[in-house]
Amino acid sequence: MKDRFNLYRFASPATFYPLAGKMIPWFAAAAVVFGAAGLWLGMLVAPTDFQQGEGYRIIFIHVPASWMSMFIYLVMAFWAAIGLAFNTRLSGMMTQALAPTGALMAFLSLWTGALWGKPMWGTWWVWDARLTSELILLFLYIGYLALTAAIDDVRRADKAGALLLLVGVVNIPIIYFSVQWWNTLHQGSSVNLAKSSMAVTMLWGMLLMALCFWMYSIAIALARVRTIMLERERHADWARAELAGKQA
Amino acid sequence: MFKIILAVVGRDLKLAMRRQADIVSALFFFIIVVSLFPLGVGPEPDLLRTLAPGVLWVAALLATMLSLPRLFADDYRDGTLEQLALAPHPLGLIVTGKVIAHWLCSGLPLALIAPVLGVQFDLSAEALIVLTGTILLGTPALSGIGAIGAALTLGLRGGGVLLSLLVLPLYIPVLIFGAGAVDATVSGLGGEGHLSLLAALTFASLGFAPWASAAALKIALE
Amino acid sequence: MIYWNSVGDFLAMGGYGFYVWGSFGVTALVMTIEPILVARQRKNTIARLKRQLRADARAENRSPAA
Repeated sequence: MKDRFNLYRFASPATFYPLAGKMIPWFAAAAVVFGAAGLWLGMLVAPTDFQQGEGYRIIFIHVPASWMSMFIYLVMAFWAAIGLAFNTRLSGMMTQALAPTGALMAFLSLWTGALWGKPMWGTWWVWDARLTSELILLFLYIGYLALTAAIDDVRRADKAGALLLLVGVVNIPIIYFSVQWWNTLHQGSSVNLAKSSMAVTMLWGMLLMALCFWMYSIAIALARVRTIMLERERHADWARAELAGKQA
Repeated sequence: MFKIILAVVGRDLKLAMRRQADIVSALFFFIIVVSLFPLGVGPEPDLLRTLAPGVLWVAALLATMLSLPRLFADDYRDGTLEQLALAPHPLGLIVTGKVIAHWLCSGLPLALIAPVLGVQFDLSAEALIVLTGTILLGTPALSGIGAIGAALTLGLRGGGVLLSLLVLPLYIPVLIFGAGAVDATVSGLGGEGHLSLLAALTFASLGFAPWASAAALKIALE
Repeated sequence: MIYWNSVGDFLAMGGYGFYVWGSFGVTALVMTIEPILVARQRKNTIARLKRQLRADARAENRSPAA
């Protein structure tokens, strides 16, 4: 929040576009470095888990993907609130750029969760509160993408999407709570992710992988927002100059 | 304040009465969907009893969805909505009236027919009462949340499908507590906890949803 | 320091190979395809916008002469 007072300057596409362009390689490189370190620690160095065997190693992508899927939704809701309150152009572009990555993270979380669940719980899917909420989160992402894709007018798409995101973010805790309540009532398959005392190397591996996912998401969202920006601002002077400069 | 709401409810009901076919077809949709389930899963009464709350509730969600696209579309097309948005009364109150009218034409008939369908599933008298109660109590929330989706998708191509995509995930808590209350009654646990949570959901969404819908309508009208 | 005794052990993952590599493989796939899609979309968008820009410029050049 420390660049708050600079928000307006950074929110202007003319400054944001080149800045994002300079930052992408750094974030991408950081993603590769953290990913390599995390995989090395997690896959090569970390010992086996005495309860789950080697299957536990899925945690190194499952947990980061789940975190990112939730975090990206919160970030989108944050941008949505800013967009509705201050009517900034950047916020709509940011939510647009983040949504596909968030949806992919939710998908990865479900996919790896299923592949983890099969050997550990003996089934691909359980109606556990966390899994169900993740599925609903994926639906919310898809709803956002479908709604904004269906609206031709960009400003209306941004605002309608922002409102949907805010409604969604209010609903997520309610949905999570209700699914949990429902699940305990049904005596769902007793799922307790073995609270095994995680070895220090495992924890570090997971944190490094989480950082990798984080950097990856930032890099890809910045790359996507640059394209969106160029498209939407094509009549602005800076965008014309940018396009003319590329006339190789 | 109540006068405005009542005026809107009265007007929308009058309009709905001119198109009774819509109400009746949503109702028959509900009846048919519910009646198809025993044909799909088999006639064992024990199985049907356990399925009944979920089946009836899911069918109620779908039947409510049917009439949602019409909620604002007609007023939007003939320009009434723009007039209403410019009126001195807050748009949220007008939407509240429209939501209530929508519930009277969709939720209320479903609740009235639900016990009859419950009998098909061999539910006990007590469970039937609770079922009717939950549908009465829960469907206003469906109309309220649905209004947000209807306002967001106003005038869009493929609006109906999109609307269900947006709204059905948000219906999940209502489904869980509504069906859960009947379930708990059938299994003898007592459904009071579910019912009070369902009531809380309904009041919260009736308080919150009209204003969110009003904001969405303003976006659509811009 | 490295936990595994052989490459074969590493690939077998103690019998969980299918699940572990299924997870990592799909994640790697997603994280390869997504950047490619974004890059391609960027290229297409820039090409389209440039074409538009040129068309606009031509129209502008022509109109005073006409």
